[in-house]
Amino acid sequence: MTTAADKKTGYPTVAAADKLAPIQKMVRPCIQCGTCTGSCPNLFAMDHTPRQLWRLVLTGQKDEIFKSKTFSLCSDCYTCTLRCPRGLPLTEAMDALKQIAVEENLKNYRHSSLFYESFIRSLRRHGRVSEMEIMINYFAGLMSPLAPFRFVSLGIRLMLKGKISARWPRTPRMPLEKIFQKVNELEKHT
Amino acid sequence: MKYLYYQGCSLEGAALEYHLATLGVMNAAGVELIDIEDWSCCGASAAEATSYLLSLALPARNLAIAEKMAGPRDILVPCSACYLNLKKVEEKTREDRKLLDKLNRILSEERLQLQGKIRVRHLLDVVANDLGAEKIQSMVKKSLINLNVAPYYGCQCLRPYAVFDDPEAPRSMERLIEATGAKVYQWKMAAECCGASHMNTKMEVGIELVAHILENARGADAVVTVCPMCQMNLEAHQRKISRRHHEDLSKTILYLPQLLGIAMGISDKELGLDLNLSIDNRFYKKLDKAARQKPKWRAGKQHPKPDPDSAGVRDAAG
Repeated sequence: MTTAADKKTGYPTVAAADKLAPIQKMVRPCIQCGTCTGSCPNLFAMDHTPRQLWRLVLTGQKDEIFKSKTFSLCSDCYTCTLRCPRGLPLTEAMDALKQIAVEENLKNYRHSSLFYESFIRSLRRHGRVSEMEIMINYFAGLMSPLAPFRFVSLGIRLMLKGKISARWPRTPRMPLEKIFQKVNELEKHT
Repeated sequence: MKYLYYQGCSLEGAALEYHLATLGVMNAAGVELIDIEDWSCCGASAAEATSYLLSLALPARNLAIAEKMAGPRDILVPCSACYLNLKKVEEKTREDRKLLDKLNRILSEERLQLQGKIRVRHLLDVVANDLGAEKIQSMVKKSLINLNVAPYYGCQCLRPYAVFDDPEAPRSMERLIEATGAKVYQWKMAAECCGASHMNTKMEVGIELVAHILENARGADAVVTVCPMCQMNLEAHQRKISRRHHEDLSKTILYLPQLLGIAMGISDKELGLDLNLSIDNRFYKKLDKAARQKPKWRAGKQHPKPDPDSAGVRDAAG
């Protein structure tokens, strides 16, 4: 995994082709001050603190990063990004880690991947998302017969209010198909 | 005053009342909202968690459509997540020409082009700064004098782009709440995170964040929000949270325009108050309307859907 040390910084780097490389670039100036850790509302549920996570990124310890729950617990509140004295895009770095976890279909990130994928699928089919369709796909993907029960009472309340429809979602129109395809094409080239 | 209006997916479904109340208040204030034709989803937080380029291309499409339209150059966005996604494209493309070119290569597939002429505005920004508290006050028909209201801003209308308020100690809602005659409930949770989509994928964590917010709202009669995600998280799990914490933590949660609308004398129906999941009787009593009954259960079924003709092109069943 780890290859040579970066000439300027002395940090070990991962191969340029490695997916961590762009994230290392994002957090390279990190001074390990811990402002991000002190700002994070989800810290109580994390195993590694955000500060430790950036260190793991810089030292290319991919296995440890993706074994950890830390990146998946970022709720995009942007407090660390706002406060970082080095002005680093930390929330975007967390999102970049989530993107890798989705791409590599990591097992302990399965719930989140499924949720995001259900969301994107609904969006791709209709151009706008249908909450009911997302949840149906999400539960189907979880393959756990008990998973939906936590949401049943909320679902019923929303249905009674007429806010979500119990009907099977609209037929797909795929209005964003060209955009999706072009994004895929450009991403392959970079 | 005129604005382009980006409704967003939530405001068609689970947050329909936010849409209704926004229209109600804007209409009463003489503000014209023009729907963006054939708008599409902004990608929410799902696009960002799967593809960086997609998370910018989706909002860019909507901005490009808005640019093609005649009239106002400001887009009014009520949902904080939509707001941030659209704003991000506005901010990033202003400084990064290469990114703009890349997005335009994608948009050219739909014969759209982004030039960067559109300003993205959050509903709170427009109400607080364009309309202003004095205008709101002049429209108040029923002073909410007995109420203690907690402003809840959440994250994404404030951060990372500090556009219209202090991103950590926001105050823009305070003068609006005071304009209705209500008192501002001072608390430390105004700009804290509700957990966003944790409630779907990591419910235990989301529940803790929301419980902390509700605990701190004990002394308030209501909490007002400016984001569908915050609203849903705060209102939908109160029973479960109360059970776990052995304390009644139920609380009336309203969208900001609903609170303003109540004070302006706009009808409950127009404000979609029957669609909220958490308005308790204590709140109605405090509103000095002991005689008035809570909106009927299931009343949402007869609710008028927004006029499809005014919302650009929609699916037949939409």
